[in-house]
Amino acid sequence: MAERSETRGATGWIEAALPKAIAIAIMLGLWELVARSGWRPDYVLPGPGPVLAQLWSDTVSGEVFAAVGITMRRVAVGYAMAIVIGSALGLLLARVRWLRLAIGSLLTGLQTMPSVAWFPLAILLFQLSESAIIFVVVLGAAPSITTGLLSSFDHVPPLLVRAGRVLGARGFGLYRHVVLPAALPGFVGGLKQGWAFAWRSLMAGELLVIVGAKASLGVRLQFAREFSDAVGLLSWMIVILVIGVFVDLVVFGRIEAGLRRRRGLS
Amino acid sequence: MKLLGVAPRLDAPVAEASVLAVRAVDKTFGRGAQGVEALRGIDLDVRRGEIVVLLGASGCGKSTLLSMIAGLEAPSRGTIEAPVGRTALMFQDAALFPWLTVAENVAFPLRMAKVARAERRRITAELLAMVRLGDFADRRPHELSGGMRQRVALARALAQRAELLLMDEPFAALDAMMRDHLHEELERLAREAGFSVLFVTHNVREAVRLGDRVLLLSSRPGRLVDAFAIDLPRPRRIEASEVAALARHIGDRLAALGVDRG
Repeated sequence: MAERSETRGATGWIEAALPKAIAIAIMLGLWELVARSGWRPDYVLPGPGPVLAQLWSDTVSGEVFAAVGITMRRVAVGYAMAIVIGSALGLLLARVRWLRLAIGSLLTGLQTMPSVAWFPLAILLFQLSESAIIFVVVLGAAPSITTGLLSSFDHVPPLLVRAGRVLGARGFGLYRHVVLPAALPGFVGGLKQGWAFAWRSLMAGELLVIVGAKASLGVRLQFAREFSDAVGLLSWMIVILVIGVFVDLVVFGRIEAGLRRRRGLS
Repeated sequence: MKLLGVAPRLDAPVAEASVLAVRAVDKTFGRGAQGVEALRGIDLDVRRGEIVVLLGASGCGKSTLLSMIAGLEAPSRGTIEAPVGRTALMFQDAALFPWLTVAENVAFPLRMAKVARAERRRITAELLAMVRLGDFADRRPHELSGGMRQRVALARALAQRAELLLMDEPFAALDAMMRDHLHEELERLAREAGFSVLFVTHNVREAVRLGDRVLLLSSRPGRLVDAFAIDLPRPRRIEASEVAALARHIGDRLAALGVDRG
């Protein structure tokens, strides 16, 4: 059993990585072609060569890490707050029926609201500050987390709850030992969606709300545009893309794959 | 009970005859004109060590009766006396927790009862050995066959130190060979661990194969309409001619009573 899954793991890794590598190569090739076609001049749309070189030198000089550090600290704070608030609200709505009837649809409305639309209000409330950005990140992510938690509770098999009760789990114990573990995959789905909203809101926020002397990813992007530094702009975009892909595939991908494998869902 | 290393209950008289006493129980869902009468006037006893089979059509209120005995629902009228906390319920689906290993599933009721970890581990190992799944302790439920999953559910039910095991068509989804095997296992475990069984099925042969007594339940509303004592010696074989003959006799009686066994 262990041997078989090990060998499958090794070939699986190559099988999984190869198509992605080919896709990246094709993308870079297309980019190079468009850049060379003369559709736009070099200083507006450079090819992948100079952009990747710039990215490399910014990485070596530590500028990438400094910017990523500032940005990730913000998203960590905002996302953590969104998890706490979103989960608490989800638990409350799951317990209190009339409250759910009252604000359930409001929650859906909040979820469809483009988070950029919150920024004018956020800036009025918190001025051009870190708090304004985090406010919007929380508002962007929390509704998804709440909705995910609620729907994951709705999909807990009633039979497992019955079994739990017969086996002696009551009240809080029933939640802790049966309902929450059964709801976990759905909750992780909500967390993942919440992350996507948090990340988008943060990027929008960093372009709009520039807090002095903090060279975050958004600020680097904005400055690159203002100085017509197309090479820099594209290299910062790649950094943003890579972070998004990393969190989605590596962090959430692994958590979800682990959950599915253990429960025999894949 | 010695098997699980648990002292016998001091509050219960040793010669207590019945583990379960259901008296004049009615169950109606809804109210007034829309109310659906599921069960009417149910009187039922299960004696210590006895295997009683409830035979009836789908939708005759068998599952409702078991739910009430397990304490998951309240009867509309009447009383039910069952061993508190020591009444286990098994379903057609094993209803194992997919996020726990086999051993953790079996240990679940022990955890709920706050049994110490070392003790938990010892009892779990014993129970897994009893259902012959000692080698599967660290597997996940999805890695097991349907029959093995039901054996895990059985071990989990026994971990409640069950005095009364309620079984709601537990083997209906299994193939015939696995079912024969589990009938033997259930008989053996009931004898070894000394629990009583109330077994629900719509399969007449299975009822005769397992039961010390077979009770017939009619439909809409569910009422106990007849009872048979099965005096055939154990171990019984489901394909034995005596079992078949008695099953035919009970089947005729069901037909005469107009109980549709669909």
